[in-house]
Amino acid sequence: MNAATGQLGGVKVSRQLTAWHIGFLLLIILFCVFPFYWMVTTSLKTQIVALGTPPAWIFEPTLANYTEALFEDKVGASLINSLIVAVCTTMLALMLGTPAAYALARLEFRGKRDLWFWFITNRMVSPIVLALPFFLLVRQLKLLDTHIVLILIYLTFNLPIVIWICTDQFRSIPRSLDDAAKLDGAGQFHIFSRICLPLAAPGIAVSAIFSFIFSWNELMYALVLTRKAARTAPAIAVSFMEGYDLPYGKIMATSTLIVVPVIIFALIASRHLVRGLTMGAVK
Amino acid sequence: MTIFAFLGPAVVTLLAIGIVPLGFALYTSFHRYQLTNLKKTPFIGFDNYVTVLTDQAFWQAMGRTMTFLLMALPLQIVLGLLIALLLHQPGLSLLKTLCRLSLVIPMATTYAVVGLLGQVMFNIKYGVINQMLGWIGIGAINWIGDPTNAFIAIAFWDVWQWTPFCALVFLAGLSTVPAEIEEAAKLDTNSWWEIVRHIQLPFLMPGLTAILILRTADTLKLFDMVFTMTRGGPGSSTELISLMIQRVGFRGFDQGLASAQAVILLIITIILSQLYIRHFYSEAQR
Repeated sequence: MNAATGQLGGVKVSRQLTAWHIGFLLLIILFCVFPFYWMVTTSLKTQIVALGTPPAWIFEPTLANYTEALFEDKVGASLINSLIVAVCTTMLALMLGTPAAYALARLEFRGKRDLWFWFITNRMVSPIVLALPFFLLVRQLKLLDTHIVLILIYLTFNLPIVIWICTDQFRSIPRSLDDAAKLDGAGQFHIFSRICLPLAAPGIAVSAIFSFIFSWNELMYALVLTRKAARTAPAIAVSFMEGYDLPYGKIMATSTLIVVPVIIFALIASRHLVRGLTMGAVK
Repeated sequence: MTIFAFLGPAVVTLLAIGIVPLGFALYTSFHRYQLTNLKKTPFIGFDNYVTVLTDQAFWQAMGRTMTFLLMALPLQIVLGLLIALLLHQPGLSLLKTLCRLSLVIPMATTYAVVGLLGQVMFNIKYGVINQMLGWIGIGAINWIGDPTNAFIAIAFWDVWQWTPFCALVFLAGLSTVPAEIEEAAKLDTNSWWEIVRHIQLPFLMPGLTAILILRTADTLKLFDMVFTMTRGGPGSSTELISLMIQRVGFRGFDQGLASAQAVILLIITIILSQLYIRHFYSEAQR
């Protein structure tokens, strides 16, 4: 065990401090993980067990909620909807965002600063501001309840995040590589796609993960802009909440199916989480 | 030409999906625009704005949103700082890594699911929270049915979800303190508070400002978790500003009024984000 307080405290004090240290760390872990644990265990309870008072900690687990949710209640289809929307909007954001990020990092032009600020400002805008008019427009165009509508509206938050992270990434690539290629007669687009894009892969991957997580987690637009065919998983989970006899096990099974992939992705990107969430205000 | 080829698609797309609807919102906000009667949408000037600005319910929702922020944010900052300091202590690297990873879980959990989980865990009869309170001798509390308790419950989940964010931001700040300075200070004084205040605090300031501004903006945006947990109720006790606009627009069908509310919210947000951008990016941009 590492002596936490160094030479000053003596063995006894430092042992005591280490014990406190361990205790608090365990408490934090418990606090963070417990709701997740409760969600998963509730998803394995039958309705009778879930509605027991007091709540049961030890019980016979069942997968019935999962089979019911997936095969009878179209949660499977809604997860596929979520996947389609999240993947497509992420791809689109990368296709549109990476060239823009490259231009912002490498090319010189008037109004560059303002343009960059404008992209970033989108991070702050409340989705409800766009949800209302977007709903009316989409209804006029008879595009309610389609994937494409969600794919497009999610670009309002995905595109800024891709542009922000990738601009930063392109800036970190030495300019000398560009210059060398230019001497060889390569065009700007060739330099971008053949030289800079592969080198920016880590940043692109991180921005893709963020874009995926934000889209996968989104509820309000999905609630407003979809009805049945394109309903995403969070919106379906919410619809179980209606009526008096709430199917707790099924709701938690659906929730677990929604949350687990996100947590896996977030853990993969955990080193970049702070930078991504603050848009780089904190390194 | 090259510049347009690179930037054009992104700019045009964001204009089309971001600015065009906004223009439309501005248009509807000057009209009587009810979803139940779209045949007649007369121009009514600033009437909707006057209604919103003099509407008590609107300002009450704003006030609730601010109260919510003032309840949750200080807790998040204090707890976050304590967690960060704990994780910054030397030793126990395995446990600390585990702790850092578990901090990711609340942040990544789908906001809507947090609300659903809130309904399950805070249920008066079947909820595990009341069971735990029972262990320490506190009787069952009606969390979701009582206005004050419901407000506390949504604030609790906000604290659960975003304290880890504060902790990780502060931890990132702490790691920028040069090790030599910290070591020297530790030889000088035994008080951890002295070290925090005089040595570490300056390095935590950028993170703190980021937290203040981002959490404010995110609270103005907050919808999913509260909607799935309480729908703004009981009564309107947990109806934060985003929920109110959603109710007026989609459940009350008055798009004109809701648009005016949204535009006012947007103006507040723009002022805020200008603050944010001025603060952080004026130097970062060359």
